[in-house]
Formats: sequence, structure tokens, C-alpha cells
Amino acid sequence: MIELLLPPLLAGLAVALVAGPMGAFVVWRRMAFFGDTLAHGALLGAALGLAAGINIYLAVVAVCLGLAAVLTGLQRQRQLASDTLLGIVAHTTLALGVIAISLQQGIQVDLFAYLFGDLLAVGWHDAVALWSGALLILVMVLWRWRALLSITVSEELAQVEGVAVQRTRLLLMLLLALLIAGAIRTVGVLLITSLLVIPAASARRLTHTPAQMALVASLFGTVAVIAGLTVSWYADTPVGPSIVVAASSLFVLSLLRRGS
Amino acid sequence: MSEPLVSVKSVSVSLGGNPVLSDVSLTLTAGRITTLIGPNGAGKSTLARLVLGLIPADTGTISRRKGLRVGYMPQQIKIDDSLPLTVDRFLWLAASGPTAARREALQRAGVAHLRRRAVQRLSGGEMQRVLLARALLRKPDLLVLDEPAQGVDVAGQNALYGLLREVRDELGCAILLVSHDLHLVMAATDEVICLQRHVCCSGTPESVSRDPAYHELFGPGAGTPNLALYTHDHDHDHDLHGNAHHHHEGPCNHD
Repeated sequence: MIELLLPPLLAGLAVALVAGPMGAFVVWRRMAFFGDTLAHGALLGAALGLAAGINIYLAVVAVCLGLAAVLTGLQRQRQLASDTLLGIVAHTTLALGVIAISLQQGIQVDLFAYLFGDLLAVGWHDAVALWSGALLILVMVLWRWRALLSITVSEELAQVEGVAVQRTRLLLMLLLALLIAGAIRTVGVLLITSLLVIPAASARRLTHTPAQMALVASLFGTVAVIAGLTVSWYADTPVGPSIVVAASSLFVLSLLRRGS
Repeated sequence: MSEPLVSVKSVSVSLGGNPVLSDVSLTLTAGRITTLIGPNGAGKSTLARLVLGLIPADTGTISRRKGLRVGYMPQQIKIDDSLPLTVDRFLWLAASGPTAARREALQRAGVAHLRRRAVQRLSGGEMQRVLLARALLRKPDLLVLDEPAQGVDVAGQNALYGLLREVRDELGCAILLVSHDLHLVMAATDEVICLQRHVCCSGTPESVSRDPAYHELFGPGAGTPNLALYTHDHDHDHDLHGNAHHHHEGPCNHD
């Protein structure tokens, strides 16, 4: 049994570990809906990757970055608010993704696995790939921590103080796209944002510095993955949703603590 | 005169199709305090943001000395409540030095007691002083302050301008102030620039206050009473909280 469960567990932990700091940035910068839109686009990326016969993770990262660029461009116009634009783009790309997947000739594609994750099908190969990606993201976040935090607090002050604001923002998008690509297999495109946002939100009331909040978010994500996987194994519930419900339960528990 | 830190030459800027600045020139040199005054919508903040490199110019040129260290105190910034950030960490973002340096910068700005407070729990005035501390912490060559006297009473303004002169003397930096408030600003300044989309008049506070363009901009009698109000006030000073500390060597001739 442990040989079967170990790769999914390791893969889930890799994603949860990175989702801590990345989710904290998503919460601080109010990018939840933005992250969700990229995740919806990930399905289109996976479909295009399958159709073109290239690595689907690579295709997902490319589509996410393309979407980020399109959204940044669209936000320059002022008539429609950001959330309206995100709503349009998110659901258009999701619809296109579902259509593209259904058009795949010859290959049987499990749409459900992409939408809600299929962690139990993850093998050693994927687990190693996910850990490599996770370590890369963590190293980059640590390396540029002060700049990332600085543009989060105030882009203007950061720029005046000599931080390369555009480049740092681009790095954050790139890391987010990488994480979303990796997370498809664990919780699926529809639930990725929850793994980013819920642990970080749960950590907020318990912490006093940005670094603490990122660390505690990683810890909560890890606990949610272990708990979700366990429940799924014994009760035969779908893994992705079980992890999300575990994370939400931690959030509810965190509310019991008086706000600081 | 030494090499200018920033020189702006014949710059024009439009925002959203509306001309905000036209043909404006400005030179900032080390050790001098320059104040931009003018009514609301005159383009003062735009000019400051141009100097800071936050917005580009449509025409004209801006040159900055290489490696210029800039401290900036914006009018106000809003930090999301979801970010757990103390004043100390907020300062650390600008310069990762020892705690003692941050403590000293806060002390200077008169807010040492706020070091461990969450930034979201500061009042508007407290946040401004924390922003000033952050700007000072960088030991800037150029210090830019946007409406530093906003919401500060007259005594606090006196203390603020006193502090700015002190900082200027100590660091030898250039200071650019933006203000729509005529009170007190004038005498604390080496050069005043009156702005109304273009430069109406500029020079020493005395010469500007005699300039007809200045009176046209601010109405009759704008200059003299304020200068008088300020210039009699040398015999005591205030800290940033408005408490007066009398110097006993001189007579206190205003109350």
C-alpha cells in the first residue's frame, strides 16, 4: 500500500509546500481571481499540448504566461473593471479547453481528472518532476524575497528605491504559472486557487510577519494534503476535493482563534 | 555650483489627453531645498513623479546623476490588511541593515514608539512619519516629499521643516517638496517654484513673494503675511507632536 501511496503523497506535499508562499502573494496582492483565470486557461494549455504532441506542462506554462500578458494588456483600458475581464477570459478559455479536449482524436482523455485532479494516478516520475519544480520555485522566491515583498507593499516606493518592478512582477507570474501547471495533477484546474488561497488565509490570523505567514501556509497545505489523501484512501472520496475540504476545515479552525 | 542631481529640461506631459505640464524646466542640486507650490491640479505631483522616474515625459529631457539614491515620501500609501507587516519590517524593505539603523530613522521622524506596530494600525499622520523615516533610512542624495505638511498643525509643520533643514545639512542632499499650502513653506526653502501647468515664477521665497505672477495665482496678499508669520518664529521650536521647547537665550516675542 505504501508503494502506491508514496508518490501521490510526495507529489501533493511538493505542491502544498510551494502553494504556501505563492498563495500568500496571491492573497496579499488580491490576485485570487487572476490565479483562477490562469488555472482555467491551464486546461486549454493541456489540450493544446496533447493535440500538438508536446509536453503538457510546458504547454500549460506557455498558455498561462500568454494569458497573463493578454490580461495585463486588457487592464489598460478603463471601461470594464478587472473582475469583469477576468470573468470573460477565465470562462472563455475554460470553454475552449473543454472543446479542445473533446476534439482529441483517438486518445481517451479523462476530463474529470483535469478539472478536479487525479493525485492517486501520480507515479514516481511525476513526483520527481513536481519536486524539481517545487525546489526551483522555492529557490527563486527566497532569492528575490525582498523585491517580491517590496513590490507587493508599494510598487511606486519599490521603483523609486531601485527595484526592477516589471521584472519582479514577471517573475511572480512565471512562478505562478509553473505552480499551476504542476498542480493540475494534484487538485485539478478548478480547485488550484483554493490550495493557494485557503492555507494562506488560514495563516493570516496566526502570524505577525510575511515570512511567518508563508511558512505557516505551507504547513497548513501539507496537513491538508495528508488529511485529504487519508480520507480519500479510506472513504474512497475524490482526492482533490478531499484535500480542499481539509484545507477549508483548517481555515474554519483558524477562525476560532481571536484575531490579532 | 556642483553638478546637478536631476535636471529637467522643457518637459511636457499629458495624462489621458489632458496637458498637465508644458515646457517645464527644473534643476535640483545637492544641499538645496526646492518647493513646488501651486493650486490643485497645477501638476505639482506630476512633476515630482517625473523627477522620481515614475512617469515618462512626452517631450523634453530628464537627466539624473548616475547612482542617485532617492528617498520618497508619498502622500499616503495603502497596505492590504492581509499582509502582516510591522513598521520595522516595512523599513527593512527599503534597506536591510541592522535594527539600530531603523530605530534611529524612526527616532528622527519622531515615531520610535511605533516600531513594532502593524502598519495597518497607523493613523494618517503616523504613516506619513513612518514613510519619512523610510526615506531617511536610505541616506538619500535626493529626498522628495509630496505634501509633507498635510494634516500636520502649524507647530508640527515648523518642526518638520526644521528637521528637513537638519537632514539637508547633515546628508548634503537635495530636497524637493510639494505643497499646496502657502503657510510656512516659503521661508523654509531655498528656491520656490510656482507651478500652474507651466512655471509661473521661481526664485528665492522673497523674490517670488514680490512677483506679480505669484499674486495673480494665489490672490492678493498671499505672500507677505505668511512670510511674516514664519520669520518671527525663531525663538523656540516644537517637536513633531507640537510640544514647544523654549530656548531660554532669546525673548519669545509672539505670545
